[in-house]
Amino acid sequence: MSGLRYVYAVCRPFGTPLPAQLTGVAGVPPKQLVHRDLVALVGQVPEEDFSEEPLRAHLEDLDWLGATARAHQNVIDALTVVTSPLPLRLATVFRDDSGVRTMLEERERTFLRTLDRLDGRVEWGVKVYSEPTDAAEGPETSGTSAAPSGSSPGKAASGRDYLRQRRNQRREHEEKWERAEQFARRLHESLSGAAEDTRIHAPQNAALSRAPGRNILNAAYLVSRTESEAFVELVDRTKDDAPGLRVELTGPWAAYSFSGEDT
Amino acid sequence: MTVVERREVALVDLLDRLLAGGVVITGDLTLRIADVDLVRIDLNALISSVNENVPAPWEEML
Repeated sequence: MSGLRYVYAVCRPFGTPLPAQLTGVAGVPPKQLVHRDLVALVGQVPEEDFSEEPLRAHLEDLDWLGATARAHQNVIDALTVVTSPLPLRLATVFRDDSGVRTMLEERERTFLRTLDRLDGRVEWGVKVYSEPTDAAEGPETSGTSAAPSGSSPGKAASGRDYLRQRRNQRREHEEKWERAEQFARRLHESLSGAAEDTRIHAPQNAALSRAPGRNILNAAYLVSRTESEAFVELVDRTKDDAPGLRVELTGPWAAYSFSGEDT
Repeated sequence: MTVVERREVALVDLLDRLLAGGVVITGDLTLRIADVDLVRIDLNALISSVNENVPAPWEEML
C-alpha cells in the first residue's frame, strides 16, 4: 500500500459528508486527514506517475494535465458545496500522511487566518472579449475569410488612396480598442465595488481557450455567498451599451485566486 | 453585447486557477512540483506544439 499523498485543499472540519462516489486524481476517492482544527483533503496517487521526474514529464502533456486538472477540480467543486476550502496548487504531493500532518502543523496559524478570510466566500471569474469584426485581428482568420463585407476597401485608385484607406482602417481599429479598454476598466471598477477582493489574471491565450475575439479583461472577484446573486445580476446588466464586446462569467469557484497571504 | 455563462468549465479557466492560484507549498516535505514559472513556460511550449499548424495568434496579441 505505498503511494504518494496528493493534497487538494485544506479546510476546517465540515459536517456534511462528501458524495460517496466522488473520485479525484488517479481515480481515487479523496479522504479527510484531520489534524487538530484543520482537515486536509488527501488522495493516494501512484509513485510512478507523481514522483518528481514522471510528474514533470506529465505536466508537459496537455492531455494529462487537462485530465488531472479536471479531476482536481471535481474534488474541489464537491468540497466547495459543503465548506469554503483553501485550495492548493495543482499537483502538491507529499511522501506520506505524516508529511501532510507536519505541513498542517507548521502552517496552522496561516491556514486558519486565511480560512477565516475566505469563510462563506466564493470566487467569480469575469472576462471581456472584443468580438472579432474584421479580418485583421483574431486567430480565426486563417485564410478562409474574404475581405469583410461592410467595410470592404475596394480597389484603391492610386497609391495615395491606398495609404489613406490604410490610415483610416488603423484609426478605426485604435478607436475600437480604446472603447473596449474603457469598457473593461469601468466594468472592473463597478465589479470591484461589489466584491471584497479582486485579482487580474493575464489575458488568455486564444490558442488554448479557442474563444473567439481577443481577451481584454480576465479578472477574479471574491464575493460572499450571500452577495453572489446580486453580483451575477450586476455582471448580467453590463450587456447594455457595448457593441462588439462579450462578457463571460465563470463560477462560483473555490477562492483559488485569493489563497495567498498577501491581502 | 452578450453575457455568456458557460456550463462546462473551460480548461483554460481551470488552468488559470490551478496553475496560477491556490496555496503553494514548498519545502523538503513536498516533492516540489508546482513550480509556477516552470509550468507556465512549459504550458506555452505545449500550446505551440499542439497548434504547430496554426499560426500563433498570441504573438501579435502581446
